[in-house]
Amino acid sequence: MIQKFDAIEKEAVAAMEEKQNNDIPQIYVGCATCGNATGAQSVVQTIKNKLDKENVTAEIKEVGCIGMCFAEVLVDVIKPGRPRISYQDVTPEKAEEIIDSYILNDDHRPDLALGFFGEGGPEDIEQIDTGDVFKNQQRVILKNCGVIDPENINEYIARGGYKGLAEALEMKQEEIIGVLKDSGLRGRGGAGFPAGRKWESCLKPQADQKYVICNADEGDPGAFMDRSVLEGDPHSVIEGMIIAGYTIGSSKGYFYVRAEYPLAINRLRKALAQAREKNLLGENILGTGFDFDLEIFQGAGAFVCGESTALVMSIEGNRGWPKPLPRPRTTEQGLWDKPTLLNNVKTFSVVPQILSKGADWFKSIGTEGSPGTAVFALTGTINRSGLIEVPMGIELKKIIYEVGGGILNDRKFKAVQTGGPSGGCLPEDKLHLSVDFDTLVEAGSMMGSGGMVVIDETTCMVDVARYFLDFTFEESCGQCVPCRQGTQQMLEVLNDICEGRGREGDIEHLLELGDSIIKSSICGLGQTAPNPVLSTVQYFRDEYEAHIRDHACPALVCKNLIVFTIDEEKCTACGRCRKACPVEAISGEKKVPHKIDQSKCTKCGICFQECPERFSAVVRLTGKENLAAAARGRLSDV
Amino acid sequence: MFKVTINGLDIEVEKGTTVFEAAEKAGIYIPTLCHHPDLPTFGGCRVCMVDADGKIVTACRAPVTDGMVVKTDTEEVSKVRLSNVELLLASHNKDCQSCTRNNSCRLQEVSAFVGINQERMRQIRRSVEPVKPDDSNPFFHRDFTRCILCGICIRTCQEINGVAAIDFAFRGFHTKVSVLGDKPIKDSHCESCGECLVRCPTGALYLSRPETPEREVESVCTYCGVGCGIKLGVRGDRVVHVEGNRDNEVNRGDLCVKGRFGFDFINHPERLKTPLIKKDGIFVEASWDEALDFVADKMSDIKSKHGADALGGISSARCSSEETYLFQKIFRALGTNNVDHCARL
Ligand SMILES: Cc1cc2nc3c(=O)[nH]c(=O)nc-3n(C[C@H](O)[C@H](O)[C@H](O)COP(=O)(O)O)c2cc1C
Ligand code: SF4
Ligand code: SF4
Ligand code: SF4
Ligand code: SF4
Ligand code: SF4
Ligand code: SF4
Ligand code: FES
Repeated sequence: MIQKFDAIEKEAVAAMEEKQNNDIPQIYVGCATCGNATGAQSVVQTIKNKLDKENVTAEIKEVGCIGMCFAEVLVDVIKPGRPRISYQDVTPEKAEEIIDSYILNDDHRPDLALGFFGEGGPEDIEQIDTGDVFKNQQRVILKNCGVIDPENINEYIARGGYKGLAEALEMKQEEIIGVLKDSGLRGRGGAGFPAGRKWESCLKPQADQKYVICNADEGDPGAFMDRSVLEGDPHSVIEGMIIAGYTIGSSKGYFYVRAEYPLAINRLRKALAQAREKNLLGENILGTGFDFDLEIFQGAGAFVCGESTALVMSIEGNRGWPKPLPRPRTTEQGLWDKPTLLNNVKTFSVVPQILSKGADWFKSIGTEGSPGTAVFALTGTINRSGLIEVPMGIELKKIIYEVGGGILNDRKFKAVQTGGPSGGCLPEDKLHLSVDFDTLVEAGSMMGSGGMVVIDETTCMVDVARYFLDFTFEESCGQCVPCRQGTQQMLEVLNDICEGRGREGDIEHLLELGDSIIKSSICGLGQTAPNPVLSTVQYFRDEYEAHIRDHACPALVCKNLIVFTIDEEKCTACGRCRKACPVEAISGEKKVPHKIDQSKCTKCGICFQECPERFSAVVRLTGKENLAAAARGRLSDV
Repeated sequence: MFKVTINGLDIEVEKGTTVFEAAEKAGIYIPTLCHHPDLPTFGGCRVCMVDADGKIVTACRAPVTDGMVVKTDTEEVSKVRLSNVELLLASHNKDCQSCTRNNSCRLQEVSAFVGINQERMRQIRRSVEPVKPDDSNPFFHRDFTRCILCGICIRTCQEINGVAAIDFAFRGFHTKVSVLGDKPIKDSHCESCGECLVRCPTGALYLSRPETPEREVESVCTYCGVGCGIKLGVRGDRVVHVEGNRDNEVNRGDLCVKGRFGFDFINHPERLKTPLIKKDGIFVEASWDEALDFVADKMSDIKSKHGADALGGISSARCSSEETYLFQKIFRALGTNNVDHCARL
């Protein structure tokens, strides 16, 4: 190993050990964007003040997202010689209590704790890492997220960081590519292109300058995997990019980060400065004569700029439009017409580990065709939403019912959406499918960059399709007719269906349109935009038909197709709904069952929520007959 | 040379030829909207799609490969073309009769070719964005409801006139051709050359005073020494239209704002048709011989009284290089070097 790195590593380990032997408690607060949004910063402040007041020394670390977003704000406490105890839903008040009870005294407060990590924790709380949330997970890309202080390079190095780089710098370029190819690593940006092959095609061309670009444009609605990696473990991505620079013979790289990720940008800036300071980045890296530096480019938040050629155009200062075929390969003529290597955040971040642990280690995780792990932002009507990392090949069922803890409020599962606006919805009978690049595509969805939304029976599938089409319609760059006009047409038709103006033939119209848009659009945005519609028609056609033929929304979601009414038999005249109705559409007196004036009702749904569950007197009706009766003001007849 | 088979016809074309050009050579029509032979390709309209070796490609951009087999009439190709034209029409102000491009419109031509069908159009939701036309330019106006965003005007302004006054603005369905800051075009650095107007495949760019000529007369523009070839469109005895003559070697069809739009003087009642000589303080019509004699007399007079250097000549930009050469010769023969040109003033 390069001598210079040995010294750096020793220094980092020593610094960490010194802290560990300090005999002071360590307090971790999850301070990624998700944590901050739930109030992590005020918790940090409270803890600092409280510790000052009590005159206690402790080390406070603002760490990245550990993935348990359902339990945020998360505060973990490690007292010397004790396991790490995790506290959930921490508010400033609770933070003070925790300090009083556990740090100043020795009560670990099982009522506030989520559990503990490792072994030998108190018996009255759960062990988290062997529990449902983590036992099916395998943390490779996220191994440092929520664990290390992302603003301290020593923590990263002490956990094996930059070792992959040190090793790579002693390897031949072809050898590194050999390891990558052997590992079977596929790009994590969505399409799953083999990374080794991409790096190789960038090594081949001769050029006076080559570029390495990290795609951190992450624009899928609800996706935040890449942000979490950048916020929680920025050095892993930087290290991967330096290795890439060395491998293809590049001296310059860019982070393309959307400007809506200020915390990630900030952490990256600090990380870059620290890496430069340690001679891991910049000129003559580790004394090997290899120069490589990185710059941050902030994207203006157009989803389409995540597409590789549009991204390159955007850095060049042009309109962010994808280049139509035929066009030169980015690996041969990319940024400023120079050979350019573009990979996703997670792709770069896993490279150092593959180099230090070997291709066989990586292949031992996941499936043959899709080795390694998959990172998902698990959301929707699920008990435990958050950032998860699972080995490829795991069944969808396991993710939803074990990692995610099943459907919220014990409702019935309806579909799971993966791949964001490019993906599709899979119904219950596809839950046995395994999660990997190829299986999901076969079933009509895709891996995408990692959004996973769980949908229950209270969600309308036409409305889901409309939601995604609305997104692609807004994000279409406008260059080509099928996508620019076609997404608009599809959206109009879906709006009509949801609002009771659906026509016979609309489903066929959507299918035909979808087919043509997929076949004739210029870029991946248009080529995948119809997927949410096509997959919902494939698996939930009856819902479309109900909307069109009966003006019925079976999930009782589409406002224009439902009416609110009060069941006289059940109404106890408590008056709650009447007081809550914002437009005074409800009339009634004491002991007289209440009534909704349909001509005033705006269908806001407040009365439905307000009526106590034990009465459940406000009901929603749908379908042509009910709508007509409501329009005549004679709903009670129905 | 590459051998290509298009719809069963074998032809030979040079390397670098596009599928569209090869088809043209074979006499096979491929509908196009965003392609223009004067300009680099764009690839946005997606109506020129054909099947090349089993893959759907844009004929305007795809280069042929040796042995390529092209089919322009598969079911898949027809469906895709039809769908894209239908989508364009769905947000197009289709009132052809009130449109200046009626009968010479590429969108009409392509629609007719792909076969627009009432029944299918009924299923399609229409939405024409209600954008007001830009009538700030005195010579041509811009009707956004008829624009198909083919980008031909933009590329023309960039590649042909070299001005780049216009570009795409906004995004997606809200994309429009715009000048900097989305201002009226008169507030841009547009030179009103009208090159974009003549290439626009639809009625989105239209003459502010359109009149269809009855006959055409070839001529040369009189405004400057370049001498662009023009075709005058005549209706009755009036010149109502000017077009660049694409067969003329000098300008190959291109014109500037004066040549294209400055023809009002031709029919103007106050237009000078003979030289004028001032007699007793009033300009009186004269013949050319009279006028030339008058000038010659005056000049000899001045020369004999005050010497040759009291004379000077300023040549006009309307003169050709040859005429300007002769002009300076005359003055030097008269004995003076006092020669200049209006472009220097
Ligand atoms: C519309 C569109 C948006 C995309 N957005 C992203 C993105 O935000 N992040 C990303 O890594 N890849 C995105 N991609 C995929 C990239 O084009 C590219 O394939 C990827 O960054 C390559 O990296 P990988 O090989 O590591 O997966 C997008 C593609 C399309 C068509
Ligand atoms: S498919 Fe959509 S996003 Fe892609 S180039 Fe065409 S219009 Fe732009
Ligand atoms: S749905 Fe809203 S507006 Fe209608 S009656 Fe209930 S509370 Fe009032
Ligand atoms: S809240 Fe329910 S029970 Fe109470 S008045 Fe309204 S409908 Fe009746
Ligand atoms: S642009 Fe063409 S299709 Fe459109 S109205 Fe004018 S003539 Fe008709
Ligand atoms: S008239 Fe000429 S200068 Fe003006 S926009 Fe058109 S091409 Fe450009
Ligand atoms: S104005 Fe004409 S040339 Fe310009 S984009 Fe629109 S249709 Fe094309
Ligand atoms: S003519 Fe080929 S894409 Fe428009």
